[in-house]
Amino acid sequence: MRIRKLMRKSAELVIKLIFIAVGVIICMPVFLVVTGSVMGDSDLRECLAPVFLEGRGFVTWRVIPQYPTVEHYIRLLFQSPQFFILFWNSVKLVVLILAGQLLVGVPAAWAFAVYQVRGKNLLFTTYVVLMLLPFQVTMLSSYLILNKLQLLNTHWAVILPAVFNTFPVFVTYGGFRAIPKALIEAARIDGAGELYIFFRIGLGIGRSGILSSMVLGFLEYWNIIEQPFAFLEDKFLWPLSLYLPEIDWTQAGFAFAASVIMLIPAIFVFVMGQDYLEQGIVYSGMKV
Amino acid sequence: MKYPKRIKRRRLHKERRAFAAFLAPSFIGVMIFVLLPFVDVIQRSFMTVMSGKFVGLDNYKKVFTNQAFILAVKNTLHFIGTAIPLLVLLGLAAALVLSKIKEISIIKSLYLFPMAMPTATVVIVWRMFFFKQDFNSLVISYLWKNTGYTIVLWLAGIAAIPNELIEAARVDGANRWKCFIFVKLPCLKGSVYTIVVLSFLNSVKIYREAYLVAGSYPGQDIYLIQHTFNNWYVNLDFDKLAAATVVVGSVLFVVIILLNFLWNREL
Repeated sequence: MRIRKLMRKSAELVIKLIFIAVGVIICMPVFLVVTGSVMGDSDLRECLAPVFLEGRGFVTWRVIPQYPTVEHYIRLLFQSPQFFILFWNSVKLVVLILAGQLLVGVPAAWAFAVYQVRGKNLLFTTYVVLMLLPFQVTMLSSYLILNKLQLLNTHWAVILPAVFNTFPVFVTYGGFRAIPKALIEAARIDGAGELYIFFRIGLGIGRSGILSSMVLGFLEYWNIIEQPFAFLEDKFLWPLSLYLPEIDWTQAGFAFAASVIMLIPAIFVFVMGQDYLEQGIVYSGMKV
Repeated sequence: MKYPKRIKRRRLHKERRAFAAFLAPSFIGVMIFVLLPFVDVIQRSFMTVMSGKFVGLDNYKKVFTNQAFILAVKNTLHFIGTAIPLLVLLGLAAALVLSKIKEISIIKSLYLFPMAMPTATVVIVWRMFFFKQDFNSLVISYLWKNTGYTIVLWLAGIAAIPNELIEAARVDGANRWKCFIFVKLPCLKGSVYTIVVLSFLNSVKIYREAYLVAGSYPGQDIYLIQHTFNNWYVNLDFDKLAAATVVVGSVLFVVIILLNFLWNREL
């Protein structure tokens, strides 16, 4: 019996190690970007040349750079004012989109989760379909309305349509569904108004759903590409996510350093919000 | 508890008002930014861009005979048909193994991490290190990004299977394999639906990688519907774009409603 238990344990350990090894390979790009960002230009040129000049399949890479340097970071942080503008564009877009989604999406999710009203299912289905429509399908509609409202080529052209995206409604809805109906009933009998119930009970217990949608939303909009490409003409309005790939390989170190800076907020949110991220994924799959 | 009719009606009225009030900001925005302009798009799909003259189904004909569009549809279907089944099965296999192991939070973190990596960063790595822009690298990049998400969804589905059910089957003499086929799989039917739908939602976003690596006109095998839409938009081909929007939107609408209906009937 004991031997079997031991066998089981070691088998489990082996499987775990295999999974972790694969996981580490999955996370490799971070390692490449970070080491690349502290490599000198000549080093990088030597490493990347096979791909760009000779068209061979792979580059050679050093685990530890020969002559580590922070020159790219210095150039990025002290000599590239446009980088700061783009960085703040990204921050502004994400913050305003998430704030808008909170204001608009959370009450909507509450309405769907708590009230039994005729016609609700039809509305809910409409929201599901809208959530699943790719950006490209709503692009022309958005363009037409943004043009009419004269918002094109302003940040609002990206923010407003994103605020009314219905995806966060679902994730938040998942959190609100965990609230027992009896609790709300009891509050009503005690004379609590609907608004009071929403603020005191809903926001309290449904917090995990709200935070989940925020974490998923941050990762999504920090990475926004299609919308600014379609609606923002001036490059100084662009977010970092759209600008980064424009840097060509002769400035590889600069591109790597910029990637690292861009990664930091995302990693921060990922680490702080990992539980909510997982919860959010589960909520998103509860009823689509 | 039975309420008198009058009170019940008053309560219903109150509920309806509260529902409307909570939903209104969102719904009004959805109307203004999505639904009403979509009506405009439908109208435009029957008109010329310049003169606004009614041309019947001409735009639709143009779309369906457009070589680029046909190629894009083929490639997109090819991609969806390859990548989604791979992702769903890979996720299931991993989740089945992981569901038997304790303390897997590190593993989940490692596999979810690609979600946090901005596409721009990924693309830089991709361009610098592999410089290949073909169909397979698109599929790999999709699997790389979404496997963690899928594993988490499958794990949630597996965790929701009542333990008594599995134990009962074991007592009745079912072996592991039989237990999986006859007990676990039927319980996971609901998860299949949601996972496929969410995988589709994420599969559309592969355009980011395709576009950022290879631009508006990539190689023959990774030219997707999203590219066509984007290029018509940039070139102001709004008549074709409107018709294509209506076509793709309707197809998606029908598929979603059908899946939704099938799923609800199953449960």
